[in-house]
Amino acid sequence: MDLFEYQARDVFESYGVPVLPGIVADTPEEVRAAAEKLGGTVVVKAQVKTGGRGKAGGVKVAHNPDQAYEAAQAILGLDIKGHVVKRVMVAAGARIAQEFYFSILLDRANRSFLSLASVEGGMEIEQLAVEKPEALARIEVDPATGIDEAKAREIADAAGFPEDLLDRIVPVIERLWWVFRDEDATLVEVNPLVLTESGQIIALDGKVTIDENADFRHENHGALVEAGDVDPLEAKAKESDLNYVKLDGEVGIIGNGAGLVMSTLDVVSYAGEQQGGVKPANFLDIGGGASAEVMAAGLDVILNDPQVKSVFVNVFGGITACDAVANGIVGALGKLGDTATKPLVVRLDGNNVEEGRRILAEANHPLVTVVDTMDDAAAKAAELANA
Amino acid sequence: MSIFLDENSKIIVQGLTGSEGTKHATRMLASGSNIVGGVNPRKAGTTVEIDGATLPIFGTVAEAMQETGANVSVIFVPPAFAKSAVLEAVDAEIPLAIVITEGIPVHDSAQFWAHAKAKGNATRIVGPNCPGIISPGKSNAGIIPATITGAGPIGLVSKSGTLTYQMMFELREIGISTAVGIGGDPIIGTTHIDALAAFEQDPETKAIVMIGEIGGDAEERAADFIRENVTKPVVAYVAGFTAPEGKTMGHAGAIVSGSSGTAQAKKEALEAAGVRVGKTPSETASLMREVFANL
Repeated sequence: MDLFEYQARDVFESYGVPVLPGIVADTPEEVRAAAEKLGGTVVVKAQVKTGGRGKAGGVKVAHNPDQAYEAAQAILGLDIKGHVVKRVMVAAGARIAQEFYFSILLDRANRSFLSLASVEGGMEIEQLAVEKPEALARIEVDPATGIDEAKAREIADAAGFPEDLLDRIVPVIERLWWVFRDEDATLVEVNPLVLTESGQIIALDGKVTIDENADFRHENHGALVEAGDVDPLEAKAKESDLNYVKLDGEVGIIGNGAGLVMSTLDVVSYAGEQQGGVKPANFLDIGGGASAEVMAAGLDVILNDPQVKSVFVNVFGGITACDAVANGIVGALGKLGDTATKPLVVRLDGNNVEEGRRILAEANHPLVTVVDTMDDAAAKAAELANA
Repeated sequence: MSIFLDENSKIIVQGLTGSEGTKHATRMLASGSNIVGGVNPRKAGTTVEIDGATLPIFGTVAEAMQETGANVSVIFVPPAFAKSAVLEAVDAEIPLAIVITEGIPVHDSAQFWAHAKAKGNATRIVGPNCPGIISPGKSNAGIIPATITGAGPIGLVSKSGTLTYQMMFELREIGISTAVGIGGDPIIGTTHIDALAAFEQDPETKAIVMIGEIGGDAEERAADFIRENVTKPVVAYVAGFTAPEGKTMGHAGAIVSGSSGTAQAKKEALEAAGVRVGKTPSETASLMREVFANL
């Protein structure tokens, strides 16, 4: 999960990484008050989990509280790459002498960690890597040993940080490693890391991604998932422990296994091309042991999505038995009663498929159509969504 | 032949006494796997009865290997304890450790991989977050259903469990030499490339199906490997063309970040290496049937 910039800032501060004062605000009035409190020039920054905020008009400098108020009016509600700005951070201004780049990330290819550092900060890292690869130091970080002072010095040297800055940079790199290690992060990025005119090193903008698989050992991580930021259907799904992602189409999808569900989304999209551009409405993986209860909970989430016009249940029974899935569908429809109004296309294969299909045939529910293959079922579901 | 797992595999289960371990050990035994024991330090010296088989429980992997000659461990230990279970298997230098557990923190996987590497990779790690390996008719180590298809000449390597089952089902007329579920986490032990290299060397494998999904660049690297090193026909499938950027799609590793990790890029890389890529699982299976019609 990606953190907002202000959350990253707070995490940095708690690890002793130097940051500027910042106050979050949800309204122009709060922004004005924050600017008054901070005094002087401030920067009003959109809090969205995507890059390119500056170019999109999501970051504005304000020299007094009234300007900050106006900046907030312009930024709040702005749509930046599909992310609507609901919150801003008002940050104290800084006089920047030089901008640098630093990050620690998961290196999937080498099954290790990697540190990237450059004295050419401020631009997007992807752009820097392409345009000036020689200016980007790439140093492997051994997951078993991490970054101690000597390693931090090696990274800073490789990046070409000026000699007289090393004593100020090295402790910051060490602390950013502590953030990475102790918060179970998969990315800690500071861009830019700046040298101010008064000679301080400051993490001006930070991006932190934390590994949700490690939530069990981080009591503080739950609080970082803000209710206000989560889609209401995703929140409802999470309450039932369902693996659900809201998308913007019309065909509700339920399947077992992440790969099969991703594949189902693709197959439905292809079928949808013949049906006026109908698309999947969601990703929902009900997992290995799909009980009647899990199926009911999944259907409940999907049928509550007003965008959904048809539902495709695509199950390959490996460990899951198809009769259990069929019973789940019949039971769920029974529980939902008259509130279930959308057509369901069901494709079952694998473990106990005959019994599963028999149960559905016997129930003969008016909303349910059973189709034998995944491709044909996707076509049927797309057709029903376009009806 | 087959790869990684065969009729000589002697399997221990770390976490045998837990509910998942017991459930899947039962299924493995039913499919003919030679399970020789389990590991649980708190229950060392006891035995468990599973479907008429009496399995001894050992305190450590090393002890289990010494007493039984075990050469494969299947790990069903919960996420919080999985790292130490894998480290123990690596320290005992068991040749193959299959980590089924889903939800292991990626820092833990990075650490046990670093440890295995420092020890010269004496242990092949498969997973985590994987369904395991099946060499039909010989051995089954993990949670792949043994009833989908029998032995045959197709090698299958996949990031996804259910797509493995789906593809085995689609190709059940031809059969499988070995199916390797490598897992959907960002850091995994055995990669597509490792399985491709082994299939290339396996005389029983005549052609290979490779299943990938969004996230990382393992498929792109596999494409480079195939171009240089694989002479057998390879057919591929990639899932997640319609996945939105920045969202984790079920598997912890299945995420498009910015412009990297897209299904389209993977498909293009594979096709550039001469691999035929199916648009759907069924089309992929059809491509494989065509390969066999022309062999």
